[in-house]
Amino acid sequence: MSQQTADLAIETAGLVKTFGATRAVDGVDLAVPAGTVYGVLGPNGAGKTTTVKMLATLLRPDAGEAHVFGRDVVREADEVRGRVSLTGQYASVDEDLTGMENLVLLGRLLGHGKKGARARGERLLAAFGLAEAAGRQVKHYSGGMRRRLDIAASILNTPDLLFLDEPTTGLDPRSRNQVWEIVRAVVAQGTTVLLTTQYLDEADRLASRIAVIDRGRVIAEGTKGELKASVGAGSVHLRLRDPAQRPRAAEVLRRALGAAVQEEPDPVALTARLGAAAGDDGAAGQAARALGELAATGITVDDFSLGQPSLDEVFLALTGHGTHDSEEVAA
Amino acid sequence: MSTTATTGTKDLAPVSAESLAALLVAGERPPRPSALSASLTFGWRAVLKIKHVPEQLFDVTAFPIMMVLMYTYLFGGALAGSPKEYIQFLLPGILVMSVVMITMYTGVSVNTDIEKGVFDRFRSLPVWRPAPMVGYLLGDALRYTIASVVMLSVGLVLGYRPGGGAGGVLAGIALLVLFSFAFSWIWTMFGLLLRTEKSVMGVSMMVIFPLTFLSNVFVDPRTMPGWLQAFVNNSPVTHLSSAVRGLMAGDWPADEVAWSLGWAGLFVVVFGPVTMRLYNRK
Repeated sequence: MSQQTADLAIETAGLVKTFGATRAVDGVDLAVPAGTVYGVLGPNGAGKTTTVKMLATLLRPDAGEAHVFGRDVVREADEVRGRVSLTGQYASVDEDLTGMENLVLLGRLLGHGKKGARARGERLLAAFGLAEAAGRQVKHYSGGMRRRLDIAASILNTPDLLFLDEPTTGLDPRSRNQVWEIVRAVVAQGTTVLLTTQYLDEADRLASRIAVIDRGRVIAEGTKGELKASVGAGSVHLRLRDPAQRPRAAEVLRRALGAAVQEEPDPVALTARLGAAAGDDGAAGQAARALGELAATGITVDDFSLGQPSLDEVFLALTGHGTHDSEEVAA
Repeated sequence: MSTTATTGTKDLAPVSAESLAALLVAGERPPRPSALSASLTFGWRAVLKIKHVPEQLFDVTAFPIMMVLMYTYLFGGALAGSPKEYIQFLLPGILVMSVVMITMYTGVSVNTDIEKGVFDRFRSLPVWRPAPMVGYLLGDALRYTIASVVMLSVGLVLGYRPGGGAGGVLAGIALLVLFSFAFSWIWTMFGLLLRTEKSVMGVSMMVIFPLTFLSNVFVDPRTMPGWLQAFVNNSPVTHLSSAVRGLMAGDWPADEVAWSLGWAGLFVVVFGPVTMRLYNRK
């Protein structure tokens, strides 16, 4: 088991892909341990999809090397294809066909007989809650249904490595939760998952290691804990009952948290950004202590929330620029 | 139809984690399908698309009927004395012309399909690489067969009487469909090479009109100026229509059949690899 987890599912060195004058991927180094969920986090246009496409043998790298389970993605593309599955950002199923026809088509292409493909299709549709929609054309599916069918198609033959390119973008919270459940079930059976996402929250829930990617480069990599410690643990948002108490509350917070406190436009609201130090003894613990001190000082707090660092905050901390200017620079 | 489009996820049964886990464990990996089996499966996809969108058969039914009627009555009296006389000469030729013209839709469908996400999945599958392209052409071969049968039926109603009987007619159609399959690799190339559907259509027209009209489909090339004869007599479409005409008339035009098959082979050998190169690089 320890030998297994020590193996790398993906290893890249100096991976580069240019489109015209744009370096979409500009020297990406990744090491993804087998049997885990690995998150690739970054804004639109950061190079996530291009990286995934190179790893899934759909695009040829212009420079650098990439190995999947020790196989070169260019020279041994066919062996790589035999072990990976891809669920693209845009539904990778045929919209003109029904859900069942899609699964039978792919099942047959993966070597199942007519009956075998149909049987597996039926079981997958049932497991994904799509049995009723089996005979309907995919173009009439909702976004959540499409995404489920897409993932079902990717695990027709249980892959050793599954690429999920922004699997929850555009989904409602309920569908998103269900996709997360599927990812957990898949990885629990030993499949390695490479997940790209724009949401830190998603990477946080699913991935054990995360690479933050911006303008085609990996700007930070590590476990969730390491990454959070490097960006700070998030923010505490407070709403007081009495606006007159705000200056005193800010002072108490500053002392208790050792962090910068910002007065919001709303006269009763305060935001304190937790520093990296908060990561050590827990953001919640620190916030609880601060609340206690506020209460002891006689300040009434009406509303309190502890927010994770947003992707914007991560980017600001790591790059000094927000997520929004990434695309302009790339273009 | 519109009610199904609005079906939300709230109506969906939940994902069953247990049965999913069982499926993942139970999933054995069967051996890869053969090149033929993979190609046929992609051909089946094309047939399913016809089933779901039968309107796409318009170009292999209405268009060929129009071609037969139009040219039989337009030229029949002037060129052969009567439409009934003329159709004996015209039908095999117009059959060849219409089917070869219809092949150009292959490029358009490749071009629109390749932009969709499903193509990424096909390209990441461990199957024989040309299978998706061969699958298109197999589906199209079915369309060519439908067009041939439709035109032949109209021809028979108008008085066409093939001397070769059923055997000759079948041999002619088989040669035509085989040639069209080979010729279509030009279109898969353009479908992958050009960026928009419109440019594919534009380039296809530029190729297909001179190629089909500058042939012996309508008249004997001997009335044409020398330089044009040189082109027409060596055009693959001329060889093919002579071969099909001969087969349907009950002759055995070995030379013309050989020329047609030779051209077909050349198209596959030249444009097949170019198509696959573009497909792999896309």
